[in-house]
Amino acid sequence: MSGFRALLYRDLRLATRAGGGAALALAFFAAVAVLVPLGIGADLKLLGRIAGGVLWVAAILAALLSLDRLFQADYEDGSLDQIALAPMTLETSAAAKIVAHWLTTGLPLTILSPLLALLFDLPVAGYVPLLVSLAIGTPAVSAIGAIGAGLTISIRRGGLILPLLVLPLLSPVVIFGAGVVSAALSGLDNGAIWLLSAFSLAAVCLAPFAAAAAVRLNLAG
Amino acid sequence: MNIFELANPKRFMRFSAALLPWFWAIAILCLGAGLFIGLFRVPPDYQQGQTVKIMFIHVPAAWVGMMAYASMAVASLFGLVNRHPLADAAAKAAAPLGAVFTALALITGSLWGKPMWGAYWVWDARLTSFLILFFLYLGYMALWTAIEDETRAARACAILALVGAVNLPIIKYSVDWWNTLHQGESIFVKGGPLIAPVFLWPLFLMAFGYTFLFLALWMVRIRTEILARRARTLQLRMGTA
Amino acid sequence: MDTPRVSTLIASDLAVVRGGRAVFRRLGFRLSAGEVLSLEGPNGAGKTSLLRVLAGFLPAFAGRIELILSDDSRLDGDERARLVGWLGHQDGIKPNLSVLENLSFYARLCGQTGADLRGLLEEVGLTRARDLPGQYLSAGMRRRLALARLIVSHRPVWLLDEPLAALDVRGKAMVGNFVTAHCRNGGLVIAATHEALGLDCARLELGAP
Repeated sequence: MSGFRALLYRDLRLATRAGGGAALALAFFAAVAVLVPLGIGADLKLLGRIAGGVLWVAAILAALLSLDRLFQADYEDGSLDQIALAPMTLETSAAAKIVAHWLTTGLPLTILSPLLALLFDLPVAGYVPLLVSLAIGTPAVSAIGAIGAGLTISIRRGGLILPLLVLPLLSPVVIFGAGVVSAALSGLDNGAIWLLSAFSLAAVCLAPFAAAAAVRLNLAG
Repeated sequence: MNIFELANPKRFMRFSAALLPWFWAIAILCLGAGLFIGLFRVPPDYQQGQTVKIMFIHVPAAWVGMMAYASMAVASLFGLVNRHPLADAAAKAAAPLGAVFTALALITGSLWGKPMWGAYWVWDARLTSFLILFFLYLGYMALWTAIEDETRAARACAILALVGAVNLPIIKYSVDWWNTLHQGESIFVKGGPLIAPVFLWPLFLMAFGYTFLFLALWMVRIRTEILARRARTLQLRMGTA
Repeated sequence: MDTPRVSTLIASDLAVVRGGRAVFRRLGFRLSAGEVLSLEGPNGAGKTSLLRVLAGFLPAFAGRIELILSDDSRLDGDERARLVGWLGHQDGIKPNLSVLENLSFYARLCGQTGADLRGLLEEVGLTRARDLPGQYLSAGMRRRLALARLIVSHRPVWLLDEPLAALDVRGKAMVGNFVTAHCRNGGLVIAATHEALGLDCARLELGAP
């Protein structure tokens, strides 16, 4: 476990220092959320109704922003070779990186979301479901995103192709995540929270294996 | 020495050369007969009129679009587990075909939708799933062209195809779920409108024809891929000799 | 953390294929504890590829690599990774972390939490640069930090890719001293170099492609 912790702490430190991705993702999230009302007009009723979906989409885009460097930075400067030789499996290393990515993007995005929901006049009943759904769903974004990050390690403009690989795979997260909020607003119990939890759990459990497989094939150098 | 010589593409070349004419023949016969019966012998539907006949183009295209992904995933699995270059070539060759058939299903589906629903795109659950499938194909092909090293590209794409194959049923389920959530009053029954027996025959012929068309095209593409690799190996050998 | 001691490394009948072309084949050697093997040959001869195969990064197309431990047990496959200390082309130094932070990360990553990092930094001549962020280091200083990392990893088999690159005369002498000390402690060293290490060592000449 010491290797897991060492890698986790290092990634947290890198992400939160100047030039790291954490603050950028938050700023991007807020910018997208502000742009939407500018695009469709300040009809508060409409905005309140679409807030859940818009914030979910914006959160996923913001989380994707820093994903392309998840393994690539370590690949380019040679750290990845050292990490591969550490006394832990590559799957464990991938898991540590996924956790670090979530702690520096998914979690802050979740915490910021109520503030942005305020701009959309989200009905009161929607706040807790929005927070809970983001908290449950964003780990799946980091996990599935890590697979894409592993696959695009060696591609110079990997950040361009990554969203194309990852976004279709993430459609269930958007559907169930936004579904949690709309269920709360319409007063129906549609079971979205359970579907979201199941998907997220499966993604978090399985993705480190796929991501590690992707990283491994790139170690050939 | 070359790894592609060690696998067995030679046998595949011989085998496929013998099968290809038969595949073409079956495909052309079935498609010809299916189209003739479907367009001229089947009466117009009492609700949808002549537009129902788009079904003969649309439904088999969708079916082959999915089958191509399954073929790609199976080939990818073999490529990853057995490290067989022929499997890599097969997976690579299936993707653009799958994408084209899926695109055909999307286009014919929305053309069909215009007179039926009044709009080209109404976020119907099945068509939306196919749109996501189309994006999966695009991502797969983009990844293949973006990675320069041949073997590495094959492995990376195989992983992507398998992840996609695991996720596709979930995507399909989630889109269906989403559709019932947002369009509960849809007039279409789950499982689609019942098909009258007169439509079944041509539909069956068309599905058969599409399947063999796909198989024939797939084989041609795999053969092309093998020949291209041979050419590249020769070039390398000449270049370094 | 204790790492097992390695008595012999045996590579037999290795072949490596890159991009459908054989880089080398039927390559074999045997190296015992305390010995240094120098890989020589022109660019493109496959020195780096061989090192990456030995480290387990690049799967060999054919052949096998075996490690015989001092208790006579044999290792092949993935377990090898835990015995390998790697010094590659790239130094693996994060520009935003200080020298000490970079080193202490690798120490913890390898489970060497009790290592004397400050003493080690003094040995490689980086005491004064200790709190400098990685981005301000010169190429030679980066190399010295990479050397410190190699030592702190405490691995019996050292795989070094151009260890002398970017180092000044004193740095080069330092590499020689470290390698000698490592061998005296029963370690094995395989190094790909263009310059002579200035040590008594076995040579393996890789041919032109």
